[in-house]
Amino acid sequence: MRKVAVMGVGMTKFGPTEKSQVELFAEAAMEAINTSNIKSKDVQALFLGNGLGDFEEGQLNLAGFCANELGLPPETTAMRFEGACASASIAIRNAFLLVASGAYDIVIAGGTERAFSMGTSLATRTFAMGTDSKYEEFSGLTFPGVFAMLAHLYADKYNVPLPKLKERMAMVAVKNHKNGAKNPLAQFQKEITVETVLKGFVVADPLQLFDCCPFSDGAAAVIVTTDEIAKKHVEKPVYILGAGQGSAGSLCRQKDYTIMPSRIVSAKQAYKMAGVEPKDIDVAEVHDCFTIAEIVLLENLGLFEFGTASEAVEKGETEIGGKIAINPSGGLKAKGHPVGATGAAQVYEIVKQLRGECGARQVENAKIGMTDTLGGDAGSIVNLIFGI
Amino acid sequence: MVTYKLPHKEFFAALKEGKLLGLRCNDCGAYTCPPKINCNECASMNMEVVELKGKGEIKTFTVMRIAPEGFESWVPYIVALVQLEEGPNLVGNIIGVDPDKVTDDIIGKKIVVGWQPPPPDLRFCGPIGKDGKIQPGGIAMTFSLV
Repeated sequence: MRKVAVMGVGMTKFGPTEKSQVELFAEAAMEAINTSNIKSKDVQALFLGNGLGDFEEGQLNLAGFCANELGLPPETTAMRFEGACASASIAIRNAFLLVASGAYDIVIAGGTERAFSMGTSLATRTFAMGTDSKYEEFSGLTFPGVFAMLAHLYADKYNVPLPKLKERMAMVAVKNHKNGAKNPLAQFQKEITVETVLKGFVVADPLQLFDCCPFSDGAAAVIVTTDEIAKKHVEKPVYILGAGQGSAGSLCRQKDYTIMPSRIVSAKQAYKMAGVEPKDIDVAEVHDCFTIAEIVLLENLGLFEFGTASEAVEKGETEIGGKIAINPSGGLKAKGHPVGATGAAQVYEIVKQLRGECGARQVENAKIGMTDTLGGDAGSIVNLIFGI
Repeated sequence: MVTYKLPHKEFFAALKEGKLLGLRCNDCGAYTCPPKINCNECASMNMEVVELKGKGEIKTFTVMRIAPEGFESWVPYIVALVQLEEGPNLVGNIIGVDPDKVTDDIIGKKIVVGWQPPPPDLRFCGPIGKDGKIQPGGIAMTFSLV
């Protein structure tokens, strides 16, 4: 396998927009191409993450339109990857594997989405299509519902009184909003308090409004290439050291989903390939679609022992400057969650962090970074590990 | 040729008649429910369709306050994950319990499995028929406290 690097990265501001998915991706992708100091014609493949573009805009086959928009040559391979919220991470992992194997030298990978523009009702409905449509969807289960049940399950399993757990969950939101306030591309750039979270209306008991990430529009893209090419074009290549991906079925098949098997195996694959351990990770961008999700994933990734992550949050161990900086970008919670673009935005942040370009939210001496992206109710999980 | 032993239509038809069907693995003894083509534990196809007891225990739950499109008329409603006596988990609605009064104490309570029709005019559940309307592809499983 060849050594693989990320050169340029690009990202739009997340939040409501009137631009189309192709226009959004074009902005992010051209930034990635320009900051890689290459031309459109140099790109051999375009891997596009997109979740619900067909419902959002009545547009299928987005990858080809994006390739043409960017001026990529006709021989470019252009493909959409769909793994719900993990779509862009799946696209980037495949770019990594195919550059490593020698199939391509330069690939643009990322994602685009306009979930905000659908409105809450339709967005909730179409997002819920990521649950089992035969055996679970007829119960009116939504993703807030899945993670609300996870919160009850977690409280019951680890004997954390629910009010205490809710307070610690609120602290996850407070931290991510604090970080997001320092990110000019974040959807929400405003700090909140524990009280803000606990005063919100209930979405799915015990999750309140501020326990949930927003619906967002946005795009992000990265250029994946070989070590040799990266060194010729950019000053600070960031290397993809390891990648993992796991899969799972319906929620009911997963037994006790405080421990998600697909995430455990995905993280293990990534750590093994990178030759690092959880304790080596300096900064991580993780899938905090809901506050309880961040707590549970920190344990699944091995960053904290099972049953201890909510306490770690309370002690400030996940803040910038803490034991390990979690979601310095603001995470899905504050930065926003344009489904198909989310994984690429996580990689964007880790690359910028490892290059030391994050200003007020910079994690000091960040050398090894990790991303964690969850699709559906753990149906697709991707972990990527980066180094300099 | 491979034939699916218990397709969802047959599973739901039986449930409507008060029978919870599943598959018992002749190799490892595990039960699979809802059905799959092979055993959820060992992937063996050496399985037979059996009627399950339809009894279980609540593992976790939530009260839905913000519904997806089509489910607004149900709000508030309870969604739960239960574990059947035979082992598998199911997702469905707890019925016969006031959603405004339910607490964590419901976790661990015994239930029996039933069913209820989904709300009318769902736009995205199930396949779209020739008339452009959603074909009722399934029903919701329900859990009633014993």
